[in-house]
Amino acid sequence: MEITNKFLINDVNLWYSDFQALNNINMDIPEHMITAFIGPSGCGKSTLIKSLNRMNDLVEGCKITGSILLDGENIYGDIDVNALRKRVGMVFQKPNPFPMSIYDNIAYGPRTHGIKSKFVLNEIVEKSLQDAAIWDETKDRLKKSALSLSGGQQQRLCIARALSVQPDVLLMDEPTSALDPISTGKIEELVLQLKKDYTIVIVTHNMQQATRISDNTGFFLLGELIEYGETQQIFSIPQDKRCEDYITGRFG
Amino acid sequence: MRRFDEQLNELNNKLLEMGTLVEKTISVASQALIEQDVEMAKAAIDLETDVAAKEKDIESLCLKLLLQQQPVAKDLRLISAALKMITDMERIGDQAADISEIVVMMKGAPYIKKLEHIPQMATATVKMVTDSIDAYVKKDLKLAKSVIKYDDVVDDLFDIVKNDLIELIRGGNPNSEQAIDLLMIAKFFERIGDHACNIAKWVVFSITGQKK
Repeated sequence: MEITNKFLINDVNLWYSDFQALNNINMDIPEHMITAFIGPSGCGKSTLIKSLNRMNDLVEGCKITGSILLDGENIYGDIDVNALRKRVGMVFQKPNPFPMSIYDNIAYGPRTHGIKSKFVLNEIVEKSLQDAAIWDETKDRLKKSALSLSGGQQQRLCIARALSVQPDVLLMDEPTSALDPISTGKIEELVLQLKKDYTIVIVTHNMQQATRISDNTGFFLLGELIEYGETQQIFSIPQDKRCEDYITGRFG
Repeated sequence: MRRFDEQLNELNNKLLEMGTLVEKTISVASQALIEQDVEMAKAAIDLETDVAAKEKDIESLCLKLLLQQQPVAKDLRLISAALKMITDMERIGDQAADISEIVVMMKGAPYIKKLEHIPQMATATVKMVTDSIDAYVKKDLKLAKSVIKYDDVVDDLFDIVKNDLIELIRGGNPNSEQAIDLLMIAKFFERIGDHACNIAKWVVFSITGQKK
């Protein structure tokens, strides 16, 4: 199977005012694969994932150089940022459902993008909840508050919400760190199923999770991409001592 | 030192102990063979029981480490290599015991031919086992590779023993049965060399991650 790259990240440097958070990052993120970013806190992995849909634009004093191409187009060029965020959805560490019904959480995005038809919205809500493997648990309570769901269900709801606008890419910043092992297992299964339709980038502190679900892994340290390659390779025979020390818990 | 590193040291020590025990089993078995000492042969058979117990002990330590530490990279390679190595070490113990059983069975009957190359095979295989375990503990890639190469020495010795025994049988030696026993003993030593070679290959894997 020929690999197509979804993102091409070229010579990316990023500063938060005087602090340089990313240092000359170059990496390709292949389509329909799961790419994991690992590294100690403050290494730049969350900054980079947020750069992939320009979430850092919202941070005051943030400056970025270099280019990030999505399907060949520089997302830091003259583009519609709302359209970008529609194509590149994001799921956060802590489930953050809107304080509204389950149905309205999912319909929120499509409505924002102008879909008014009740019939179409119903279809989108059902499909998104099914794709996020939470339809069976919610189909009889769609009008109930999303806040009544458990943490694991809320996170799958947030994934469904991200899927509702039919993105190409799903960014996940530590999506299971606040969840119990059963919910974590469900999300991991879900992510593996989703990769046939989406490109997934995940930040995780859980090394076993990276080995279980990702195809490729990048190890970051102090704003630099130290090692990047097939997950099996990184966790079996890492080439860089800092990477080996980190994943084997001998860091620092 | 953190707990996991202590546990890995414990694993190394246990492997060294098992290695020493295996070497002793081969040495006692070959000494029993040379001196035609039935009691010593029985002692080698008893030692094999200790080798098997050590295998179980190390196996359970490895499984515990896999469960508790969920190792990756070099730690995973070390532990998985140890798990594979102890199987070969245990098989070496079995074969040393098999040799001793033939010695017991021969009941001190005079040899049809002075043993010359079989004791050399014994010395060579003890060296291979010693070096392969040393290579594991010291992470010595060169030493591990030298063990793999040294297997040719044992194989060549086996061919010499085999040809000598064929000559004896061809010459109409009335005690051909013993020739077959000695051939089996030589074959057991040759297999011990193969297992030592396997151990060395796992040592190479534990250091480089490459498995041929």
